[in-house]
Formats: sequence, structure tokens, C-alpha cells
Amino acid sequence: MTIDWNAFTPFTALGGGVLIGLASAWLILMNGRIAGISGILGGLFDWTKGDRGWRLAFTLGLLAGPAIWGLFHALPSIEIHASTPMLIAAGLLVGVGTRYAAGCTSGHGVCGLSRLSPRSLAATLTFMGGGFATVYVIRHLLGA
Amino acid sequence: MSKYSISAFIAGLIFSFGLLLSGMANPEKVLGFLDLFGAWDPSLALVMGGAIAVGLPLFTVAKKRATSVLGAPIQLPSKREIDRRLILGSLAFGIGWGLAGFCPGPGIVAAGALKSGAIVFALSMIAGMWIFYVLEKRKA
Repeated sequence: MTIDWNAFTPFTALGGGVLIGLASAWLILMNGRIAGISGILGGLFDWTKGDRGWRLAFTLGLLAGPAIWGLFHALPSIEIHASTPMLIAAGLLVGVGTRYAAGCTSGHGVCGLSRLSPRSLAATLTFMGGGFATVYVIRHLLGA
Repeated sequence: MSKYSISAFIAGLIFSFGLLLSGMANPEKVLGFLDLFGAWDPSLALVMGGAIAVGLPLFTVAKKRATSVLGAPIQLPSKREIDRRLILGSLAFGIGWGLAGFCPGPGIVAAGALKSGAIVFALSMIAGMWIFYVLEKRKA
């Protein structure tokens, strides 16, 4: 392992993390709900729940972020190198996987660890491990 | 629009700004973090660190309250079990995350930035969530 110091951006990473923590705390303290993106999106399918208003509003906030950011400042770069079939496979795995695990980077990683939940710690270690292993296989074994 | 929807929109917007500022919305940056055995970019560890540093004290407050500021019940997950669904689901998610560098929030934000690859990812992810919903409904 070598650290890529040129790519290291500690201040924006910390600042962005603080905003993510504030947004999650806002949703639990104001609305009483966990800011888990996969749970919020997945709940939109369930007509019986009758709480689609706030779910849609939160999702709209996520979608509107880049446009509103763009009014004041140039948007940070978003580089996507994966091919279309790869993006489809990734999307399906992320969609099904996060629903089976009842959470993703936000629900288990941020909110769960902030609640000191052992279940969320197990989930976070597992998906991080899965991510590290996949990138290792793709970049270093297959050399893609 | 209800006060709950307005509040949720604000939370979504701040979350979106956080993902953009931190670099999480950029799959190349995320893959640099997941490339532990290559030239590793440790930045994203600080995103989680910053989020939890703020989340820890504020969730401790939330755990002690029964109702939210706006009056809704505080709903915290009650599940404790570390079961097969949790581990296999997280593993599938981790593999998908490593394939494209997108997890759910950043996928939606980058789709909002009208990046075509992100729109493909986000629609596939929503299809995956729908598949889960249909399978679970059939079981019930």
C-alpha cells in the first residue's frame, strides 16, 4: 500500500463529512427519521406506508443539490469511467444488496455508527471489505 | 407541502452538498479510496470521520427523545441481529460499489448533475430495489 498524497483532500473531505453528519442529525431531530438513502428510496415503492411525501422531498433535495450548488460555484468534477453494462450490474447489486442489508453507507455507515450499533458496524465492515476486494480484483488481478 | 416535507428537502439538500464537497459524488475519487492495495487516497475515511464526529453527539440527543422537534415520533431501528441477510446484502452492495464507485446517495446526486452514466446507475439501482420489493411481497 502506498498513499497517494496528491489525491488526498483532507479539508473538503472533513467539511463534506460534517455536512453529511449535520443533514443526518437534522432528519432524525426534526422528522424523527433515519437518513438512510437506500431505505428512503426503497420505501417509495411501498404504497401502504403512506409516508411518501418526506421521502420524495428528501430525494428531490439530493437531486436539486448540484443545480443549486451550480448557481454559486463551479460543480466539482464527477468522473465516471465504468462502461454501461458495468454501471447496470453495479446498480442492480447496490439496489438489491442495500435493501437486503437494510442500509448502505448512510444508514449503516453514518447513522448506524453514530448510534453505536454493532449490527451497523458489521454491515459497514462487510461492504467496505467487499469494495476493497472488488477494486483489488479489477485493478490488480484483471488489470482493467 | 407539509412541514415534514420542507424539512426533509432541506436535509436532502445539505446531504447533497456534503457529498459534492467531500468528493463522494465522484466515482473516481471513491475508487481511489477503495484501491487499498494501489495508490491509496485516504480522503474518504475523513468523510465518515467528520460525519460521525457530528452524528455521535446529536444522535445521543435523539436517542433520549421520544418525539422530534416537529412532533413526529423518533423512529430508530430496533433490529439487533447480525444475520445472513445483513452480511450477504452488504457483500453484494460492496461488490457493486467497487464495480462503479457509486453508493446510493452519490448515485442520485450525480444523476441530479445530469451525468448520463450516473442516470444509468441510478435507474438500475431503483430497478434492483423494485426487484427486492416484489420478491419480499411475494413471500409475505
